[in-house]
Amino acid sequence: MKKFEILGTGCPKCNMLQNLTEQAAKELGLQYEMKKVTDIKQIMNYGVMITPALVVDGQVKVAGKVPTLDEIKKLIQ
Amino acid sequence: MDCCGGGTVLLYSCSGAADVGCIADKVARILSKEKVGRMTCLAGVGARLSGFIASAQGADRNIVIDGCPVACAQKGLEAIGVTPEVYNLANYGCKKGETPVNEEFIEEIALRIKEDINCQSVSARIIEEDEGSGGCSCGNC
Repeated sequence: MKKFEILGTGCPKCNMLQNLTEQAAKELGLQYEMKKVTDIKQIMNYGVMITPALVVDGQVKVAGKVPTLDEIKKLIQ
Repeated sequence: MDCCGGGTVLLYSCSGAADVGCIADKVARILSKEKVGRMTCLAGVGARLSGFIASAQGADRNIVIDGCPVACAQKGLEAIGVTPEVYNLANYGCKKGETPVNEEFIEEIALRIKEDINCQSVSARIIEEDEGSGGCSCGNC
Protein backbone atom coordinates (compact mmCIF):
# COMPACT_ATOMS: atom_id res chain seq x y z
CA MET A 1 0.00 0.00 0.00
CA LYS A 2 1.51 3.31 -1.12
CA LYS A 3 0.93 6.37 1.00
CA PHE A 4 0.52 9.64 -0.88
CA GLU A 5 0.26 13.06 0.69
CA ILE A 6 -0.59 16.25 -1.17
CA LEU A 7 0.80 19.29 0.62
CA GLY A 8 -0.94 22.57 -0.08
CA THR A 9 -3.56 24.96 1.06
CA GLY A 10 -6.21 23.79 -1.38
CA CYS A 11 -5.50 25.91 -4.43
CA PRO A 12 -6.29 24.74 -8.00
CA LYS A 13 -2.74 23.44 -8.54
CA CYS A 14 -2.95 21.37 -5.35
CA ASN A 15 -6.19 19.83 -6.59
CA MET A 16 -4.66 19.22 -10.00
CA LEU A 17 -1.69 17.44 -8.42
CA GLN A 18 -4.04 15.25 -6.37
CA ASN A 19 -6.17 14.36 -9.38
CA LEU A 20 -3.16 13.51 -11.54
CA THR A 21 -1.58 11.43 -8.77
CA GLU A 22 -4.79 9.45 -8.35
CA GLN A 23 -5.03 8.95 -12.09
CA ALA A 24 -1.41 7.81 -12.28
CA ALA A 25 -1.87 5.37 -9.39
CA LYS A 26 -4.99 3.91 -10.95
CA GLU A 27 -3.35 3.51 -14.36
CA LEU A 28 -0.41 1.76 -12.69
CA GLY A 29 -2.75 -0.45 -10.69
CA LEU A 30 -1.31 0.69 -7.38
CA GLN A 31 -3.09 0.34 -4.08
CA TYR A 32 -2.80 3.63 -2.27
CA GLU A 33 -3.93 5.84 0.53
CA MET A 34 -4.32 9.55 -0.19
CA LYS A 35 -4.14 12.31 2.37
CA LYS A 36 -4.34 16.08 1.92
CA VAL A 37 -2.25 18.18 4.25
CA THR A 38 -3.39 21.79 4.38
CA ASP A 39 -1.98 22.91 7.73
CA ILE A 40 0.99 25.21 7.13
CA LYS A 41 2.85 24.02 10.23
CA GLN A 42 2.54 20.40 9.17
CA ILE A 43 3.71 21.31 5.67
CA MET A 44 6.72 23.18 7.08
CA ASN A 45 7.64 20.09 9.10
CA TYR A 46 8.50 18.41 5.81
CA GLY A 47 10.92 21.24 5.03
CA VAL A 48 8.71 22.22 2.12
CA MET A 49 8.84 25.93 1.29
CA ILE A 50 6.68 25.92 -1.82
CA THR A 51 3.48 24.12 -2.66
CA PRO A 52 1.91 22.09 -4.08
CA ALA A 53 4.10 19.17 -3.05
CA LEU A 54 3.78 15.43 -3.43
CA VAL A 55 4.97 13.10 -0.69
CA VAL A 56 5.31 9.38 -1.39
CA ASP A 57 5.83 7.11 1.60
CA GLY A 58 7.22 9.98 3.65
CA GLN A 59 9.59 11.32 0.97
CA VAL A 60 8.92 14.65 -0.72
CA LYS A 61 9.19 13.93 -4.43
CA VAL A 62 8.33 17.30 -5.90
CA ALA A 63 7.51 20.80 -4.66
CA GLY A 64 6.35 24.00 -6.30
CA LYS A 65 5.10 22.52 -9.53
CA VAL A 66 2.66 20.04 -11.00
CA PRO A 67 4.51 17.37 -12.98
CA THR A 68 2.97 15.68 -16.01
CA LEU A 69 1.08 12.40 -15.65
CA ASP A 70 4.07 10.44 -16.97
CA GLU A 71 6.44 12.20 -14.58
CA ILE A 72 4.15 11.41 -11.65
CA LYS A 73 4.04 7.76 -12.66
CA LYS A 74 7.83 7.63 -12.38
CA LEU A 75 7.75 9.39 -9.01
CA ILE A 76 5.21 7.11 -7.36
CA GLN A 77 6.37 3.69 -8.51
CA MET B 1 4.90 29.54 2.27
CA ASP B 2 4.54 30.21 -1.42
CA CYS B 3 1.58 28.56 -3.10
CA CYS B 4 1.06 28.47 -6.82
CA GLY B 5 2.06 32.08 -7.38
CA GLY B 6 5.32 31.47 -9.17
CA GLY B 7 8.42 33.59 -8.86
CA THR B 8 9.52 31.77 -5.74
CA VAL B 9 12.83 33.03 -4.37
CA LEU B 10 14.55 31.04 -1.63
CA LEU B 11 17.41 32.43 0.45
CA TYR B 12 20.19 30.40 2.04
CA SER B 13 23.02 31.50 4.26
CA CYS B 14 26.17 29.57 5.11
CA SER B 15 25.60 30.65 8.75
CA GLY B 16 29.10 29.40 9.54
CA ALA B 17 30.98 29.64 12.81
CA ALA B 18 33.26 32.51 11.77
CA ASP B 19 32.45 36.21 11.96
CA VAL B 20 31.58 36.25 8.26
CA GLY B 21 29.24 33.26 8.73
CA CYS B 22 27.40 35.21 11.41
CA ILE B 23 27.16 38.26 9.15
CA ALA B 24 25.92 36.12 6.24
CA ASP B 25 23.21 34.71 8.49
CA LYS B 26 22.06 38.12 9.70
CA VAL B 27 22.11 39.54 6.17
CA ALA B 28 19.94 36.67 4.93
CA ARG B 29 17.46 37.29 7.78
CA ILE B 30 17.25 40.98 6.89
CA LEU B 31 16.64 40.14 3.21
CA SER B 32 13.99 37.61 4.22
CA LYS B 33 12.29 40.17 6.47
CA GLU B 34 12.32 42.65 3.58
CA LYS B 35 10.73 40.00 1.37
CA VAL B 36 13.58 39.79 -1.11
CA GLY B 37 13.02 36.05 -0.74
CA ARG B 38 12.19 33.46 1.88
CA MET B 39 15.02 32.22 4.05
CA THR B 40 15.23 28.47 4.39
CA CYS B 41 17.67 26.03 5.99
CA LEU B 42 20.93 25.14 4.34
CA ALA B 43 21.31 22.46 7.02
CA GLY B 44 18.20 20.74 5.65
CA VAL B 45 19.81 20.63 2.23
CA GLY B 46 23.06 19.34 3.74
CA ALA B 47 21.16 16.61 5.57
CA ARG B 48 19.56 15.65 2.26
CA LEU B 49 16.05 16.03 3.65
CA SER B 50 13.66 15.52 0.78
CA GLY B 51 11.46 18.55 1.45
CA PHE B 52 14.37 20.98 1.33
CA ILE B 53 15.79 19.37 -1.80
CA ALA B 54 12.45 19.37 -3.63
CA SER B 55 11.87 23.00 -2.62
CA ALA B 56 15.27 24.08 -3.95
CA GLN B 57 14.66 22.20 -7.18
CA GLY B 58 11.19 23.71 -7.54
CA ALA B 59 12.08 27.32 -6.73
CA ASP B 60 12.47 29.87 -9.49
CA ARG B 61 15.55 31.37 -7.87
CA ASN B 62 17.86 30.11 -5.15
CA ILE B 63 20.02 32.85 -3.67
CA VAL B 64 22.93 32.04 -1.38
CA ILE B 65 24.84 34.34 0.92
CA ASP B 66 28.24 32.82 1.60
CA GLY B 67 30.61 34.25 4.18
CA CYS B 68 33.94 33.28 2.65
CA PRO B 69 35.52 31.79 -0.48
CA VAL B 70 35.04 28.23 0.82
CA ALA B 71 31.47 28.78 -0.43
CA CYS B 72 29.72 26.04 1.55
CA ALA B 73 26.21 27.28 0.76
CA GLN B 74 26.92 27.46 -2.97
CA LYS B 75 28.52 24.02 -2.98
CA GLY B 76 25.73 22.55 -0.84
CA LEU B 77 23.16 23.51 -3.45
CA GLU B 78 25.33 22.50 -6.38
CA ALA B 79 25.70 19.08 -4.76
CA ILE B 80 21.96 18.52 -5.21
CA GLY B 81 22.01 19.70 -8.80
CA VAL B 82 20.82 23.25 -8.19
CA THR B 83 22.76 26.24 -9.53
CA PRO B 84 22.22 29.17 -7.18
CA GLU B 85 22.81 32.89 -7.52
CA VAL B 86 25.79 33.53 -5.30
CA TYR B 87 26.61 36.56 -3.17
CA ASN B 88 29.87 35.94 -1.36
CA LEU B 89 30.86 38.37 1.39
CA ALA B 90 34.48 38.11 0.26
CA ASN B 91 33.39 40.17 -2.73
CA TYR B 92 31.99 42.81 -0.37
CA GLY B 93 35.28 43.41 1.41
CA CYS B 94 34.74 40.96 4.29
CA LYS B 95 37.73 38.95 5.47
CA LYS B 96 37.27 35.88 7.64
CA GLY B 97 38.41 36.52 11.20
CA GLU B 98 38.91 40.24 10.61
CA THR B 99 35.38 41.54 10.12
CA PRO B 100 33.46 43.28 12.90
CA VAL B 101 30.01 41.87 13.60
CA ASN B 102 27.96 44.97 14.28
CA GLU B 103 24.48 46.03 13.22
CA GLU B 104 25.57 49.07 11.20
CA PHE B 105 27.97 47.05 9.08
CA ILE B 106 25.45 44.22 8.63
CA GLU B 107 22.78 46.69 7.46
CA GLU B 108 25.24 48.19 4.97
CA ILE B 109 26.17 44.79 3.52
CA ALA B 110 22.48 43.77 3.36
CA LEU B 111 21.65 46.93 1.43
CA ARG B 112 24.48 46.36 -1.06
CA ILE B 113 23.51 42.74 -1.64
CA LYS B 114 19.84 43.69 -1.99
CA GLU B 115 20.78 46.20 -4.69
CA ASP B 116 22.84 43.57 -6.49
CA ILE B 117 19.98 41.04 -6.29
CA ASN B 118 17.55 43.58 -7.72
CA CYS B 119 20.04 44.45 -10.45
CA GLN B 120 20.35 40.76 -11.31
CA SER B 121 16.55 40.47 -11.48
CA VAL B 122 16.31 43.34 -13.96
CA SER B 123 19.07 41.80 -16.11
CA ALA B 124 17.29 38.45 -16.12
CA ARG B 125 14.02 40.07 -17.19
CA ILE B 126 15.73 41.93 -20.03
CA ILE B 127 17.35 38.69 -21.25
CA GLU B 128 14.00 36.87 -21.10
CA GLU B 129 12.30 39.65 -23.04
CA ASP B 130 15.05 39.59 -25.67
CA GLU B 131 14.78 35.82 -26.02
CA GLY B 132 11.02 36.09 -26.25
CA SER B 133 11.11 38.62 -29.06
CA GLY B 134 13.86 36.81 -30.93
CA GLY B 135 15.46 40.14 -31.71
CA CYS B 136 17.77 42.64 -30.13
CA SER B 137 15.07 44.85 -28.59
CA CYS B 138 15.68 47.56 -31.18
CA GLY B 139 12.12 47.23 -32.41
CA ASN B 140 13.17 46.59 -35.97
CA CYS B 141 14.22 42.93 -35.77
